[in-house]
Amino acid sequence: MSAPPPTGLISLGDYVSVIGRAEVDEMRALARRLEGRTIKMVNSTAMGGGVAEILNRLVPLMNDAGVSTRWDVITGGDDFFEITKGFHNALHGAPYEAHEQAFEIFRAYQQQNLANLRFEEDFVVIHDPQPIGLIEARQKPGKAPAGPRNAHWIWRCHIDVSRPHPQVWSFLEKYMKRYDAMIISSPAFTRPLPIAQYLFYPSIDPHSQKNQDLDEDFIAKTLERFGIDSNRRILLQVSRFDRLKDPLGVIQAYKLVRKYTDCQLVLAGGGAKDDPEGGQVLAEVREAAGDDPDIHLLALPPWSALEINALQRAATIIIQKSLQEGFGLTVTEGLWKKKPVVASAVGGIPLQIQHKLTGMLAHSVEGTAFQVRYLLSNPQVAQRLGENGHEHVKENFLVTRNLKRYLMLFLSLSGAAQ
Amino acid sequence: MRQAKEPFQLMAASTLIRICGVQAHTIAELLKQARKISANSIFNHTFQTLSQHHYLTEGFSNDFAQWVMAACNAPQLAEMLTALDIRQYESVEQLRADVVRALEEFVSAFPQRARQKAFEPFYFCEAITVTVLTDWRVHSLREFCEALWHVSVHSVHYHFVSARLRGPKTNDFSAWIGQSLELKELAEKIDHIDIYTNTLERVRQMILDECVPWVEA
Repeated sequence: MSAPPPTGLISLGDYVSVIGRAEVDEMRALARRLEGRTIKMVNSTAMGGGVAEILNRLVPLMNDAGVSTRWDVITGGDDFFEITKGFHNALHGAPYEAHEQAFEIFRAYQQQNLANLRFEEDFVVIHDPQPIGLIEARQKPGKAPAGPRNAHWIWRCHIDVSRPHPQVWSFLEKYMKRYDAMIISSPAFTRPLPIAQYLFYPSIDPHSQKNQDLDEDFIAKTLERFGIDSNRRILLQVSRFDRLKDPLGVIQAYKLVRKYTDCQLVLAGGGAKDDPEGGQVLAEVREAAGDDPDIHLLALPPWSALEINALQRAATIIIQKSLQEGFGLTVTEGLWKKKPVVASAVGGIPLQIQHKLTGMLAHSVEGTAFQVRYLLSNPQVAQRLGENGHEHVKENFLVTRNLKRYLMLFLSLSGAAQ
Repeated sequence: MRQAKEPFQLMAASTLIRICGVQAHTIAELLKQARKISANSIFNHTFQTLSQHHYLTEGFSNDFAQWVMAACNAPQLAEMLTALDIRQYESVEQLRADVVRALEEFVSAFPQRARQKAFEPFYFCEAITVTVLTDWRVHSLREFCEALWHVSVHSVHYHFVSARLRGPKTNDFSAWIGQSLELKELAEKIDHIDIYTNTLERVRQMILDECVPWVEA
């Protein structure tokens, strides 16, 4: 099915105030070289999760730049998304009990979606493992190619696949090898494959509800609404209630900090349709928080972007204590808001946080607590890290940079880069 | 206002990063790979580092130095690699030779340390540079200043930092100012601006500061 159109029209011109006229002109010049070419993006959810957020902004901007781009979303039942969630965790290295039945269900949904989607574009970008089998549309045995004969197929992998479960990797690798190129979020995620691998950092949109500037009144009212004291320091982790985000470890770190310093902890999490595990993890976190009135657990619906934005802007320190991470867009969001961020050195986080330059990296509960205490005691250091972090995001992790990378990749694959 | 013999066309340059699929886990492995990795990879980890971190004046001069320091805890070697001034090179191969020489000296002097496993691997990547013409084609110093004010810092990097790899024995700005505008003193002053102790935005401002008295003269 087609993804819903994003709320509000956005254009490249809206970003002149953020990245400058020169950068915008450069992107338009790159896009002109792709005149007449068409793009399709495919993922598994239109709302919730980082990929949908990226596409929700990237697709309109590509169209505004003059490159005709369509976004399709695959469909699947609960059984399919439970299997793909298992695949997701297994690709991150989590234990997984592989059954042939799961692979069969996965294949059946690929066929169902293949029957519903058409591929007539010059470039097809498939996001993450859920729709990876759509590569079969490229050329079905005994049939003519479904799309343009010279279409370029690209698999965009948003997760860390450096230590995958071997059986799941082996199953998905058969699809991967059939793509022309793969995009990954960190050089550390690379695996030996016979296709070219490109490095694209994920991105955020400075004009989205989650990142736009907010007035102080809205921020204050948001804190009041959630019962958070605006006069006391706030530690915040924003993430799905997912074991890989280690919310229990965050509570432990907060308790260590509280031995020395007064502060509150806010754990704010959204949910996504393809994440059926969230409710169970939230229950475990509630139990760990106990009756501490300074721990605020906020299970927010997917339309809470403004509230998350307000919480991030109100935070004294942002934490991202993930055990595994794809990239960690919540880190990017925190850095963009000039906040000091303390985060685990996993996945794509070290690409965003250069220790002591753009934030603080930690490797344990105790390390997280120590870095938080250090920054609470040294606000001038915290401020410098926040300012550097903002510049780092501006240079590398904005949606406009992502757009530019896609334009360059399409030019490169079609031999028109120079 | 003095008119240039030839106009100067400012370019915009962007880079796409391709992962080579080659890693080094020790300094000895870094040496082995540095000898044979593509020139585009050496370019990416030296010239391109400065562009990617143009807003910092600490911590980054090239990726090799950074990794040797942060992942291998080898400050002497990091210092040697940091001292490689990319503006002194007219080809990536010359720069590669000096990177390799610094690594060879370390491996030879400290063979055991060179085989110690780093905290994290070094991942070789290549830079694919894509250039486009900007709207700025200038014929005088005044027009040059206006253009320089408007282009992105990546244009500044392309013309001021990586220019020597494309032919001139100086940066593109100094080459044009010296040859087409025949303002050799200004050209030299601009060429002496330090790219390692200033952000690229600051470098841009310093070039403009040097030019202003000549525009007004």
